[in-house]
Amino acid sequence: MRRDKAALDYGGASQLDRVVELARRHVAEVFVSVRPDQAGDPVRARHPLIVDAFPDGGPVAGIRSAFARAPASAWLVLACDLPFLSDATIAHLIRSRDPAGFATAYRSAYDGLPEPLCAIWEPRSADALALWVAQGRQCPRKFLGAHAAALLDPIDERALDNVNTPEEYARARAAFDTRTPRGTMRIQIRYYALLREQAGRSDETVETSAETPADLYRELGTRHPFTLTPEQLKVAVNGDFSDWTRALRSDDVVVFIPPVAGG
Amino acid sequence: MTRFHFSSTPIDTDAGRRALQDGAAGGYVSFEGWVRDHNEGLAVRRLEYEAFVDLAVKEGDRIVAQAMARYPVRHALCVHRIGDLAIGDLAVWVGVSAVHRGEAFDACRYIIDEVKHRVPIWKKEHYVNGDSGWVNCERCATAPRHDHDSHSHGPHTHD
Repeated sequence: MRRDKAALDYGGASQLDRVVELARRHVAEVFVSVRPDQAGDPVRARHPLIVDAFPDGGPVAGIRSAFARAPASAWLVLACDLPFLSDATIAHLIRSRDPAGFATAYRSAYDGLPEPLCAIWEPRSADALALWVAQGRQCPRKFLGAHAAALLDPIDERALDNVNTPEEYARARAAFDTRTPRGTMRIQIRYYALLREQAGRSDETVETSAETPADLYRELGTRHPFTLTPEQLKVAVNGDFSDWTRALRSDDVVVFIPPVAGG
Repeated sequence: MTRFHFSSTPIDTDAGRRALQDGAAGGYVSFEGWVRDHNEGLAVRRLEYEAFVDLAVKEGDRIVAQAMARYPVRHALCVHRIGDLAIGDLAVWVGVSAVHRGEAFDACRYIIDEVKHRVPIWKKEHYVNGDSGWVNCERCATAPRHDHDSHSHGPHTHD
């Protein structure tokens, strides 16, 4: 498939946005690994990036670059072509983590080999990967086969299916549409005037299952002492006025507009 | 360059007027909204304007474009203050030049009326008695609901 797999659309969000959002629910910080020539790509550049610091390219360069950034951290590494990846799969991986090994990974449901791109890589891998590359080797899969890695059986055999052909993409999208109608989304809210004072902040980002601005305002009203009713407000999404019933998408920016008083 | 913008410093009305000059224009009409020392029975000490700037500029520019489409004027501009203002300060300025005065008056009136109703700008009044409040949001809780979508409203004054 010649298309950029990170940019493929599933239920209105790019595959990359989906996986970033998913990861964010499980770890402290999420970065997108890019080659230097991808750093300006808008699909990627909207997220914090780790640009390859090694010329060898491929996933190993990305993993080594992550360790270069935070050598003492373990890194949850996720491919961005796994549309079925779920919270359960990531949570199981984290629960089963073996910090003493080089990595914790799933076994492929097809060939039983370790899946390096849905795995937790431990800090001690950094030096071993450098040595691996110095020996002229590139394949992270073979690396995990050759080093002590905790291997888990997938809890959902499709969770690590990737998408390589237009036919697989079509099947994944179709399955996706019926399987996860809506998860939670990350929505940014900016507050002005009375709402800013009542929320005690100018902006916030929430994980929400609210499907529309109307749902979102109701939900926020349970946490902030808002006195204005939705009937008194207008709403803007992504910089322009919007309907209260518009379907929200991940990373939308929502502004509730109190009664105006210019002039 | 948008035909609606914000200023965080005193509005330069001379510059605005100069921007509207045109050999084909036979007249120029401007409106200045000033900060008044009282509102709804309370003595006002000062006020602050806050705006959702991105959308306000977009909506303000649409209003000026609509005014120019409705009335055959040569040029039109609107500048709104933002930040802290004292009594007597110029809060908003509208200027229109046109071939004939009638359209200039109409367009100027249309712009200020629409700006007050549609542009996301908020005004917090600080009163002499020490209270403060967001206009149309707090003290008017019992007043008729603010009509956001009114595009054809009766005459109203700068208040």
